Amino acid sequence: MNAVTNLARLRGPGIFAVVAALALVVAPLALEPFRLGLLAKYLCFAIVALGIGLAWGQGGMLTLGQGVFFGLGGYAMGMHLKLVEASSLPSSGSSSGGGPALPDFMVWSGVEELPALWAPFADPVFALAMVVAGPVLIATVLGLLVFRQRVRGAYFAILTQALAAAFVILLVGQQGLTGGTNGLTNFFELFGRDLADDSTQRGLYIVVALVLGVLYLGARQLVNSRFGRLLVAVRDGEDRVRFLGYDPAVVKTIVFAISAGMAGLAGALFVPVVGIISPALLGVVPSLELVVAVAVGGRFALAGAVLGAVVMGYAKTSFSEQFADGWLYLQGALFILVMTLAPKGLVGLAASAREALAARRRPAVPASRTVKEIA
Amino acid sequence: MRNSVWRSGAALAALAIALAACGGEAPANESGAAAGGDDTIKVGILHSLSGTMAISEVTVRDAELLAIEEINKAGGVLGKQLVPVVEDGASDWPTFAEKATKLIRQDKVATTFGGWTSASRKAMLPVFERSKALLWYPVQYEGLESSPYIFYTGATTNQQIIPGLDYLKEQGKKKLFLVGSDYVFPRTANKIIKAYAAANGMEILGEEYTPLGHTEYGTLTNKVVQAKPDAVFNTLNGDSNVAFFKQLKSAGVTAEEMPVLSVSVAEEEVTGIGVDNIAGHPVAWNYYQTTDTPANKKFVEAFKARYGAAKVTSDPMEAGYNAVYLWAEAVKKAGTVEVEAVRKAAGGIALERPEGLVTIDGENQHMYKTARIGIIQPDGLIKEVWNSGEPIKPDPYLKGYPWASGLAAG
Repeated sequence: MNAVTNLARLRGPGIFAVVAALALVVAPLALEPFRLGLLAKYLCFAIVALGIGLAWGQGGMLTLGQGVFFGLGGYAMGMHLKLVEASSLPSSGSSSGGGPALPDFMVWSGVEELPALWAPFADPVFALAMVVAGPVLIATVLGLLVFRQRVRGAYFAILTQALAAAFVILLVGQQGLTGGTNGLTNFFELFGRDLADDSTQRGLYIVVALVLGVLYLGARQLVNSRFGRLLVAVRDGEDRVRFLGYDPAVVKTIVFAISAGMAGLAGALFVPVVGIISPALLGVVPSLELVVAVAVGGRFALAGAVLGAVVMGYAKTSFSEQFADGWLYLQGALFILVMTLAPKGLVGLAASAREALAARRRPAVPASRTVKEIA
Repeated sequence: MRNSVWRSGAALAALAIALAACGGEAPANESGAAAGGDDTIKVGILHSLSGTMAISEVTVRDAELLAIEEINKAGGVLGKQLVPVVEDGASDWPTFAEKATKLIRQDKVATTFGGWTSASRKAMLPVFERSKALLWYPVQYEGLESSPYIFYTGATTNQQIIPGLDYLKEQGKKKLFLVGSDYVFPRTANKIIKAYAAANGMEILGEEYTPLGHTEYGTLTNKVVQAKPDAVFNTLNGDSNVAFFKQLKSAGVTAEEMPVLSVSVAEEEVTGIGVDNIAGHPVAWNYYQTTDTPANKKFVEAFKARYGAAKVTSDPMEAGYNAVYLWAEAVKKAGTVEVEAVRKAAGGIALERPEGLVTIDGENQHMYKTARIGIIQPDGLIKEVWNSGEPIKPDPYLKGYPWASGLAAG
């Protein structure tokens, strides 16, 4: 009984330590490379979900366009990898002669000179900086414009969704610049390491897990700080906060920019892990899928967002592997089930189970029964 | 409180069942893999079974499964039965890459048949090249590619688009209007068409792209009608064709005065577009349900018997069906399913297929195919009016066409 109740009592740092140990030590040893790669992918989405949890769960900003920021980060990384690859393959684009070598899709799209937009991405430092700076900058400008005008609620959600749709149309239309619907793929190496190599993939997984862990701790710190309380106050009563002398627009913009930065970073990590970035990953549907994942996990807790992304990612993979024909129904059923039975998501479920347990233990219930129920 | 306990319990139980269902069946897969060594050979089938491409790709999957059944019934390959492992690419390119990895690494399939859109092929290409595994890609495409680990059983540009242009030229059409969906195939195809037009004294009056899935064609139709071309070259894909042909018809355009030559509309799509809207317009492919060969009679009969009399057969389905037979033939010749041996054995294999004689070009792993132009009939089938007379050697980089020298930089 002790072990079980201890586990049930385990909170905050304890759970974090257990999960971290599982993710950093057990998973790389226990999972075969292909499955570990999939887990790394879920964790990339979990980073985006963490940002959504921050913006939506804590700040009340329902952002349906995180795909845009994910894409900006992903394309920044993809462009860098493409340029590295092009310069390492002297055979391709032999007829173009002078100037830097062109990525493969430009050759078949009829682009003859490297566009000015691409050139700086050959520098890894610039590319990595743009991964975060690009999304943060755009989110800041957008946030200041939108939040100052007191656009919120459904209007903000619609606006971000439209942004995602527009971004996809832009990417698809500029085939010579972005690879069009195909996106960017066929990457060979990352900072001099062979991407197809299992050890590289394992290293990438560790990096993704570490980044997620650090961002999670940072986000928690933020939520527990004075600023975090202000953020929740803005969510629950924006006008009151304004009357108290704070500027809600600034608070919201900062958090929106942070969530955008997280999505950008996730996009950049996603590219070497999965090996492709394409508009199909950034549009309205994938952006919505992530919001759904956050809702499933529990949007009021940061851990819920992370959990939701991993669970939904895992469910998608296994459902589609087992039932190639009808897996979408199962995925939808899972969402509806969780939402109707546990509106606060999986984390809310765990919390209410724990409360119920505590409430039951106090009355005269034989200890052995409780244990059985938990087990 | 009691209520919340009940709710929590139910939700957790449901989740547990769902997860157990997934985990529980995994071992079955493993044992299948083990059996793969003895008297069965696993092959992967990877098409979109959900999403926008499902309507087209499901038919190709059906044709491939039919071929596998037929081969199994005839004794299998090297005395072993083929076991298909079907995965859903979900019309999503990264998913294609993920499922391809799963088929290769976990299921250890001997080969994979799959893909439709160029984007899905481009996404899978690095996976197959890096794992040195085989992919059979069954759809006509834009060329300018020749991966050592992909066999292309659909047409490349010199077996579909160029014959289509030759046909229009023969018909005396000098002024063309280009309409296409906005992705890599139409853009590349139009690049080739423009180069051809420049070399053959044809004039391009306009070039318009719409996003995939676009259905508002009023403005575009006006532009086309005002430009008064002799013919339209149509590379629109999927649903867009429905709206486009309806709009054209209501604008009073007839197939006699302004034929619209399509390269992505086959028997399957004609039903969706509505025969009334498209009858009389030409299409370019390598195979029609009406193609008159003994092998086709068998194929159409078998397909209808298996999937229903109302079903039609189309070019990509036939190319998928062929792919399975061509691979099986290469395996028989090599005496093993080992990839390098199969690749080596594949070159020069010639089979009488529903579309006629198909020969694998060992150099670029494309097929020799006969080009056929057909006219859509009021009954929804397509009647051939022109063919190239003999199988055309595949030339994905158009090296044999002096006017195309600027296109294939690679």
